[in-house]
Amino acid sequence: MTAALQMQGVRKSFGPTEIIRGIDLEIPTGERHAIIGPNGAGKSTLFHLISGKYSKTAGRILLNGTEVTELQPYQINRMGLSRSFQITNIFPRLSVFENVRCGLLWSMGYRNSFWRLVDTERALNERAAQILDEIGLLERCDLPAGVLAYAEQRALEIGITIAGGAEVIMLDEPTAGMSHSETEGVVELIRRVTQGRTLVMVEHDMGVVFNLADRISVLVYGEIIATGTPEEVRASKAVQEAYLGAVDAGEGEAH
Amino acid sequence: MVELVIFSLLNGLVTGLLLFMLSSGLTLIFSMMGVLNFAHASFYMLGAYFAYTISTYVGFWPGLIVAPLLVGLAGALVERYGLRHVHRHGHVAELIFTFGLAFLIEEIVQFFWGKATKDYSAPELLQFPLFTLYGQNFPAYKAFMILISVGIFIGLFTVLSRTRVGLIIQAAITHPHTVSNLGHNVPLVFMGVFGVGSALAGLAGVIAGPALGTFPGMAFVLGSIVFVVIVVGGLGSLPGAFVASLLIGWLQTFAIALDWSVSDLLDILGISFDSEHVLRDLWTLSLPQVAPILPYILLVLILIFRPRGLMGKRET
Amino acid sequence: MSATETGSAATGKSGDRTGAEPAWKRVADDQMRRGAFRRTLPVWGAAFVVLMIMPLLFSSAVGVTIMNQMGISIVFALSYNMLLGQGGMLSFGHAVYFGLGGFLSVHVMNYVEYDGWWLPLPLLPFVGGLFGLAFAVPIGSFSTRRAGTVFAMISLGVGELVAACSIIFVAFFGGEEGVSGDRTMGPPVFGSEFLSEVEVYYLIAGIVLVAALFMYLFSRTPAGRMANAVRDNEERAEFVGYSQRYVRFVSFCASGFFAGMAGGLFAINYEILTEENLNLVTSGWVLLMAFIGGVGFFVGPIVGAIVLTLLQTVLSNHTELWQLYVGILFVLTVMYAPRGLTGLVAMHGPALRTGRLGILARAYGAAVVPLLAFLAGVVLLLEMGNVANQSVVGESEAHVFGLTLDVSTVAPWLVALALAAGGGYALVRLAPRLRDAFARATGQAGAAS
Repeated sequence: MTAALQMQGVRKSFGPTEIIRGIDLEIPTGERHAIIGPNGAGKSTLFHLISGKYSKTAGRILLNGTEVTELQPYQINRMGLSRSFQITNIFPRLSVFENVRCGLLWSMGYRNSFWRLVDTERALNERAAQILDEIGLLERCDLPAGVLAYAEQRALEIGITIAGGAEVIMLDEPTAGMSHSETEGVVELIRRVTQGRTLVMVEHDMGVVFNLADRISVLVYGEIIATGTPEEVRASKAVQEAYLGAVDAGEGEAH
Repeated sequence: MVELVIFSLLNGLVTGLLLFMLSSGLTLIFSMMGVLNFAHASFYMLGAYFAYTISTYVGFWPGLIVAPLLVGLAGALVERYGLRHVHRHGHVAELIFTFGLAFLIEEIVQFFWGKATKDYSAPELLQFPLFTLYGQNFPAYKAFMILISVGIFIGLFTVLSRTRVGLIIQAAITHPHTVSNLGHNVPLVFMGVFGVGSALAGLAGVIAGPALGTFPGMAFVLGSIVFVVIVVGGLGSLPGAFVASLLIGWLQTFAIALDWSVSDLLDILGISFDSEHVLRDLWTLSLPQVAPILPYILLVLILIFRPRGLMGKRET
Repeated sequence: MSATETGSAATGKSGDRTGAEPAWKRVADDQMRRGAFRRTLPVWGAAFVVLMIMPLLFSSAVGVTIMNQMGISIVFALSYNMLLGQGGMLSFGHAVYFGLGGFLSVHVMNYVEYDGWWLPLPLLPFVGGLFGLAFAVPIGSFSTRRAGTVFAMISLGVGELVAACSIIFVAFFGGEEGVSGDRTMGPPVFGSEFLSEVEVYYLIAGIVLVAALFMYLFSRTPAGRMANAVRDNEERAEFVGYSQRYVRFVSFCASGFFAGMAGGLFAINYEILTEENLNLVTSGWVLLMAFIGGVGFFVGPIVGAIVLTLLQTVLSNHTELWQLYVGILFVLTVMYAPRGLTGLVAMHGPALRTGRLGILARAYGAAVVPLLAFLAGVVLLLEMGNVANQSVVGESEAHVFGLTLDVSTVAPWLVALALAAGGGYALVRLAPRLRDAFARATGQAGAAS
């Protein structure tokens, strides 16, 4: 069985600075995989490389065995990879309902059609409402997304990401900036909506990581220094030296 | 032929330097504020009209100093009380605002000065032929225009490379988002840059008014060309704006000077054509005829094949 | 909003699930019902009735002429808003598709007259639309790569290019005098050969209704909804599977089609097209119409087209400063009412729904007299200033509001100044009360302090 996501020697430089310095990683289908590492390690950059936002300096990326290295974000999305953003990235002037519905359109085969009306498509609207129910925003569906509270926008961000039914879901710091109780809710939400799918997430909250992840990769200065189950990573000397200590020290200022 | 080339080179230089006076200010404003100022050429027009009015009272020379200062002040006020207000709605809103401003300034100019071309002419001191070549005169006023433009660029270059303010501006041009991090009074810097850019445009108007005519459409005539210049040169690149200004200046003067047409080409190739054909305009097309569209063809080609412009670093 | 509220929302146990029908089903039904086309049918019906009876109310030749021009402007402005309002594309060259559609329509009209082509006149706007589309496809293929400033620049460049070409290619564009035709040479439609203005009015009215209907429906299709999404956030749209460039391209082509249709209507109404119809002035004018009307609303451009056509036709008869007034109106709109005239009206929606419009009516009532005084003063000053500035020596009479004023005397200036200053001062004094009344009426009490 091919892995959901494969990275082979992926590198990225901005000018003379190499941010990602050779990543080799395989994430099997159905696994919940967390990428952790100190600030500036290149986690978000790696996400941008996988999802096609940035071009790669070197290396290959395969999605379900198919090479996606040179593809545009929308092409990669159509092949079954969907991602969220660290900084909330929604359609601010559209209603909450429309945000989710837009997330559904392509995957439900509507493409750029101008001969069908979105309001007459029952399956589309019911699916959008179901997702809103799932992320707990059903009652807020008529508000412009831009006026939602922060935690609600984060939930909507996840909703748009999962709407298309992609097999590989990538979440970039889904709990960033949330209170303790909000975080618990989001963890449950993620667990529920990624059932049976492959999840790749960047996360700073170690509680969330050890709670959710099947396996963890530790990224430090653009290189993966360890990959393994939570127990293995926790026990790894290299990780403790290079990273965990730093996190404990820096937790107070984490956002 | 030789005198044609020499005069075209000189005339193209005059046009090109004039374009750079406008495009340099526009580039500064765009680099720092992200605003493409549609009304930039309107400040150029205001410069010419202010200088004209001043010249009717006290002659040409005081206007050379006072008019650009007044235009700079007007620019600063527009930034402070207009643009800043629209800023929160984004760059598209700002562009629409400056478009409306260009429209309004043209109407205001007509209100105060009327629709007719104003009799704003070069000072008598400069109304003599500087030199005569093959029986053709080169007016001293054009040499004066070159002198002023070059003087301004040396001044601008010195300010940008030698002073503290210049360094801040340079940093802002290459790294547009860092200005606010430098801890300077950003609104004041913006107002200053907008004012100085407008003043430069005003000065260009002061010296171009006598040569190109002072009339309410003068902003419209030059405005679009200036946009072509900064896109072709590469948005946000001062050297690019310089190269593109001269390029377009020469492109236009040579196209007008060289009376070549498609029919000449066809004659050489020995092809004849029907003068009643639907495409007859195509057969008889001549270079002076297409001169006005050459910059726009260049613009479209650049945008298709080299979107970041000749010397731009950022993808437009 | 408190943290506990947002927390409970994020945990996803909303809605009442004990009923027979799950909450999500109710919401989906609700969305579909409210978005359903039949809910807008009364509006379309009313529009139809209004369009039919307008010539009976305004039967003068001038009235019909103005309404014909309005109809053309409405289609043109609506097509423009497919770019700016719905797709986030600011165009400075939309007249290209209007003008080219119009020029080719006149040529087709001439083929009907001289070469025996068979084409009933009501189909001509669709032909114009196809020509608009034919130009929008190649130009859109490279210009929709980016939105924002870059798109604006390309549209300006293409607009200038085509306008300059129109002067060079005399055979096609007719040079200075343009290209003219005769609309009456086609096969009669229901016995009409479109000899009279009123017959043309009904043709234009029909096309306006059809075009507006299709443009509205387009905004409710997947392509139309994604145009909104790309306008809001082009990056996010890419990550839900849509190419921002292609989404914009589809809108751009549709917009070019309807602009060409407006051009076809223009050809029918005026039977002549000149270089002016595709230059920057026309492109700017359509931006003004759409923006002053309000680009955020489907009806915005319609409002703008009606208001600006009235200013253009009626106001220009009374003052040569009408473009100055339009310029002032536009700049004020950009600065203080970015949602346009329609936005100013829509702003009062909450007060209307809560029945608190009365509070506002009283506040507005108090402001009417100062406002009128201020406007009258400003207009008087401008008009008298214009006479003082422009006219030949010895001529010093300004004609404003049916009055004849001698600008060489001091009295009218003092009156005008007093009106402007007094009205302006009173308005400034009233402003806090207006803001307060507005806040109370819309239920944002405390917001205005």
